[in-house]
Amino acid sequence: MCLGIVGLMQSVKCWIPIHRVLCYLVLTALFPGIALLAQTTPIISGGGGMFVSRNGGQNSYFPVISPLAAVPLGDHVLVETRATLLESFTANGHGYDMSHYAALTYLQGDFLVSPHLTVVAGSYLTPFGTYNERLTPIWISNFQNGPLILPLGTMSSGTGTGGMVRGSVVSHSSFSIDYAAYFSARSGNEQFLSQRSSGGRVSVYLPKQRLEVGTSYGRLLQGQQANFQGVHLWWEPANTGVRFRSEYAHGAHSSGYWFEAEMRPIFWGGENSWVGRFQPAFRMQQTFRNKPDPSDGLPGVNTRLADFGLVYNLPHEVRLRASYSRQFSTAGDKNIWAANMTYRFLFPAWKGKK
Amino acid sequence: MEGEEVMHARRNRVLAFLFAIAIAIALPCFAQQQQPAAPAKPKPKRTPSAGELVFQQNCSRCHNAPQGFSPRISGTIVRHMRVRASLSKKDEEALLRFFNP
Repeated sequence: MCLGIVGLMQSVKCWIPIHRVLCYLVLTALFPGIALLAQTTPIISGGGGMFVSRNGGQNSYFPVISPLAAVPLGDHVLVETRATLLESFTANGHGYDMSHYAALTYLQGDFLVSPHLTVVAGSYLTPFGTYNERLTPIWISNFQNGPLILPLGTMSSGTGTGGMVRGSVVSHSSFSIDYAAYFSARSGNEQFLSQRSSGGRVSVYLPKQRLEVGTSYGRLLQGQQANFQGVHLWWEPANTGVRFRSEYAHGAHSSGYWFEAEMRPIFWGGENSWVGRFQPAFRMQQTFRNKPDPSDGLPGVNTRLADFGLVYNLPHEVRLRASYSRQFSTAGDKNIWAANMTYRFLFPAWKGKK
Repeated sequence: MEGEEVMHARRNRVLAFLFAIAIAIALPCFAQQQQPAAPAKPKPKRTPSAGELVFQQNCSRCHNAPQGFSPRISGTIVRHMRVRASLSKKDEEALLRFFNP
């Protein structure tokens, strides 16, 4: 609204006819959304970072950049995309194996059809569980590696190509319910890898308790058809700096869970004090294999993995992260060390309207 | 004898100096004690706006709050969050008001 008025003053300075100004004022009063049009400048966001890991004695280095663009078109459309560009250097005993990777993570058009319905078309992140849609950006997650069960229900690639409907069914001060349902076609294009599948997710959120529970379903509709079920629970007690997240997923030949707890010591001067910028985190995960299946992406044998992490949130969107993980399985136990630094950027893609 | 007098005078000067320091320190304390104790005022409880609640309950559950951005892009960010966090239209508007008070 403020920007609308500022824009109005500037338009007066530019000697725009007074009837236009009056019309603008009336429309602004009647339809506040109109005043907000001037604020929807496209954005470039994303993150860049340097990742280092030592997995079972093997060192790897990954400089990564993951840009995101969001372009609003009119009042009801948003086109958004995210990409990943990385170089990989892995020690091989007498040097380093180098490889590079550049691909779109998703490219989707969002059509805000009604207050409760958004239609998504294109290549989108599969809405199964929570990790794939919410925590995969490199500037968000606490740990370098995703959970072991991430491929379950997200159809391995984590993306679908086709359509999705999603939105908020109801949103009250005491509870809210949201949903997502999708259908994906098979795509062999290296930029839009996906499998023929369908599924969805429903979540209930209790704002007073800061508690979210939800369930997901997915069905693989090609090759060896399979069903996937999942549940998730997130809890973030108010004014404690504690976050708890968890997921369980079950597939045809394997299943597993992860839970993660993190804390910001906000009691020592708030989260922007030097103490409050620390963020210790712990994640426990376990997978269970009931039948060999090399295609589902989970370890071939029952596996337990405990991750201990420490994040330091520096000013200017820089995060330093270090973690130690211990993996236990019948295939052999191993240590995984990881450290990285990420920077998150966010700015307008070009000059906004005056 | 003369030396004893000198020593005595010096001791008196030191004692007087220490006494003056003690008085200087004690006076403000007494002054503070003499003031009637004001009843402790309860801190006014700040009620977060609807938009701030939407932000806390949806956006900051996943990621840290950005440390500021141009108001030109607030509408784009809110629209992105509406899709990503499945916000209702009402929550989207409240969040936009929070970013542009």
